[in-house]
Amino acid sequence: MGIIRASKLIYDYIRRDEDDHIEEVNRAIDNMTVDIQKGDFVAILGHNGSGKSTFAKQINGILLPTEGAVWISEMNTADDSHIWDIRKTAGMVFQNPDNQIIGNVVEEDVGFGPENMGIPTDEIWRRVDESLEKVGMTAYRLKSPNKLSGGQKQRVAIAGVMAMRPECIVLDEPTAMLDPNGRREVIATLHELNRKEGITILLITHYMEEVIDADRVIVMDDGRIVMDGTPREIFSRVSELKSYRLDVPQVTELAYELRQAGVVMPECVLTMDEMMACLLPLMKACYPETVRLEGDA
Amino acid sequence: MIREITLGQYYPIDSLLHRLDPRTKLFGTLIFIVSLFLANSVLAYVAATVFLFGCIRLSRVPFGFMVRGLRAVLVLLLISVSFNLFLTPGEPIVTIGFLKVTWEGLRMAGFMALRLIYLVIGSSVMTLTTTPNQLTDGLEKSLGFLKRVGVPVHEVSMMMSIALRFIPILVEETDKIMKAQMARGADFESGNLIRKAKAMVPLLVPLFISAFRRATDLAMAMEARCYHGGAGRTKMKPLRYAGWDRVAYGVLVAYIVAVVLLRV
Amino acid sequence: MSIKAENLNYIYSQGTAYEQYALKDVSFEIGDGEFVGLIGHTGSGKSTLIQHLNGLLRASSGTIYYNGENIYADGYDMKALRGKVGLVFQYPEHQLFEIDVFTDVCFGPKNQGLSKEACEVRAREALQSVGLDERFWKQSPFELSGGQKRRVAIAGVLAMQPEVLILDEPTAGLDPKGRDEILEELAELHRKRHMTIILVSHSMEDVARYASRILVMNHGEKIFDAAPKEVFAHYRELETIGLAAPQVTYIVHGLREHGVPIADDITTVEEARNAILRLLGKAEQTEAKADRKRPDQARTANRSKGKADQRS
Repeated sequence: MGIIRASKLIYDYIRRDEDDHIEEVNRAIDNMTVDIQKGDFVAILGHNGSGKSTFAKQINGILLPTEGAVWISEMNTADDSHIWDIRKTAGMVFQNPDNQIIGNVVEEDVGFGPENMGIPTDEIWRRVDESLEKVGMTAYRLKSPNKLSGGQKQRVAIAGVMAMRPECIVLDEPTAMLDPNGRREVIATLHELNRKEGITILLITHYMEEVIDADRVIVMDDGRIVMDGTPREIFSRVSELKSYRLDVPQVTELAYELRQAGVVMPECVLTMDEMMACLLPLMKACYPETVRLEGDA
Repeated sequence: MIREITLGQYYPIDSLLHRLDPRTKLFGTLIFIVSLFLANSVLAYVAATVFLFGCIRLSRVPFGFMVRGLRAVLVLLLISVSFNLFLTPGEPIVTIGFLKVTWEGLRMAGFMALRLIYLVIGSSVMTLTTTPNQLTDGLEKSLGFLKRVGVPVHEVSMMMSIALRFIPILVEETDKIMKAQMARGADFESGNLIRKAKAMVPLLVPLFISAFRRATDLAMAMEARCYHGGAGRTKMKPLRYAGWDRVAYGVLVAYIVAVVLLRV
Repeated sequence: MSIKAENLNYIYSQGTAYEQYALKDVSFEIGDGEFVGLIGHTGSGKSTLIQHLNGLLRASSGTIYYNGENIYADGYDMKALRGKVGLVFQYPEHQLFEIDVFTDVCFGPKNQGLSKEACEVRAREALQSVGLDERFWKQSPFELSGGQKRRVAIAGVLAMQPEVLILDEPTAGLDPKGRDEILEELAELHRKRHMTIILVSHSMEDVARYASRILVMNHGEKIFDAAPKEVFAHYRELETIGLAAPQVTYIVHGLREHGVPIADDITTVEEARNAILRLLGKAEQTEAKADRKRPDQARTANRSKGKADQRS
């Protein structure tokens, strides 16, 4: 039994006209069944409009299923009496860093969640100190959020969730509005929380480089899960990914192209080191005099 | 232009004034404002000056920051000074055409200018040393008695605190939208009032839409962090009076008594 | 047509303790029909720089010449300049405001004083050239998807018929396919209309594919200004300022360090693929494709693999 579980989940956005008649029904999630294990780093990939953000909002009860059900640690999100427990268990970080920071000072924002949960003052301080430390933002605790970079703001938002002591953090495209530095910062923070604190991470994104180190990658299209596996399994299916409006990192694409052209290559190459390890022996065979391998003197 | 208003801008350092309870500072500001309207003698203004500059020293905020807020009220200042200067009846010193400058006018204009300047600086001292959150906490607690008559004090103060957080963001956004429209040939400056008002549409529509979007996002983010109104909420920084607050209240009482005594 | 910047300085809060250079002695000239990539991390001054080029910001010192005319000269028509140097900002949400897409695109030409009919002709043309399907034209711009909004925003500037088009991160927040579509359309504008394009981006990969020249900004200074291959050759320096060259660059340089005679001017996946296949003696089936893309590359492809090392 995983920490996040969805069974035959369906969600419709319903647009009504002024007289409350249904004007348009838009199925954002279409019969989705998934089980996410505690402690995993899971990435959900999908193009804009694939339903991945709608799924994120199902997890902590911001949206409720039209059909089917979602359980967080065995609590049904449709059950009103658990709503706050669910939100404590599965914290959420959103796309726009500005629109989720409530406090006017970093530390006060981090304390916002615990305040709402009715935690005693001393304990709030302990949690704030601890959470800021974990995301590496202690030095900025007295700063105004407006003075921070995008990456730093997202780390504050993550600290704000950490202060609620969640078991799992769901991040809905947390890097879409950041520059490459900010993106790296946020992803590194997430991996650290996953590794050191054992927090289950559910990262929703469309940047391929961010999911290479995930334990599991789920690809969504049209409200359905269309691919599910390790990054290596997923990225070996380049043309299938492209058919879902996605992409692969440059090295992966290059390896794939070479393989298609008949070069002996493994099924999936994810990193530059792997690529070099494949290419150099081939080159050595063609140019024995000039090419040096690591082992050569 | 709008960027230069210091009101509502916290200056993050540590000082005695920063550490005072926001209720003390709110009350102090109120006392100071009242004193400015009571004061009508040079000596009373000397007392106000000593008090104000004492506070500024204690706050350790650079003086430049205090004065910055004045730019926003400069026009108002000039108008009220010139009204007082030229329109107060009495013994004339200089006469330029139909305009007379009188001793009384000079005195009134001087007091008026000081009053306005001190008012702005005085409130800046408070906002520069108090985080907007502390400020709203202070208001919430001071006005807590209104809850009994059905005023949603917590909600109002939460709204104020959020509004303060978003002012700088929206100011920046206004600037960006203006530039985006100017790049499409929009003209916000020339033309008469009606044309100018019409020219604001391309600015206001995106601004409102963005503000609503932010509001929706923020509401969702707050809910996701278990916000459900003031009930059952604890505080990270609960308000507690400390020794220095008692001293401050003492100083405030002494100050207001002094101003009253120095009146003529 | 050209834009020439001479010793531009832009200083924030001049004369106070907070004085800060946003631009420091920046000079360059961009000629007619160039496709230039402008790269730098947040705060490097690239956004400040582009706002100078259409006169939205005025340099603290230095001069900008547009077609040889000093734009800071007395009586220079700044409004006309904004029609010629079109600037599309990052967020389409900052400029869309009209009741429907079509009317919104008419806003620019209307401000240029054109008649209603002329505006409509321009709008139609602009919307067609960004590839927005006609069924969206009468829709509210706020109901469109991110990629469609982006197109409307670009059309809104194109309708002014600028000679130079500057885009501030036009692909931010789009998914990979959406990103490729927008970039392809820009490339087509460049090809078909011979329009000068300045593309501001974080992504070296994107820029490498389309730009023939790259300007790199850091701390308000222009640190590189050259063809992509020359700029990417400095990949170590780029790293130190928080920018990464495309992965392909690293592979190519890695191979060269190990003595592989691969050319050093490779910046895209396709070029790398072709070069590697040639080196491995599998070039035959790829020549036709390479021919179409880049003539200079096709020439290399015809050489025998033994000759290829002369290039290194």
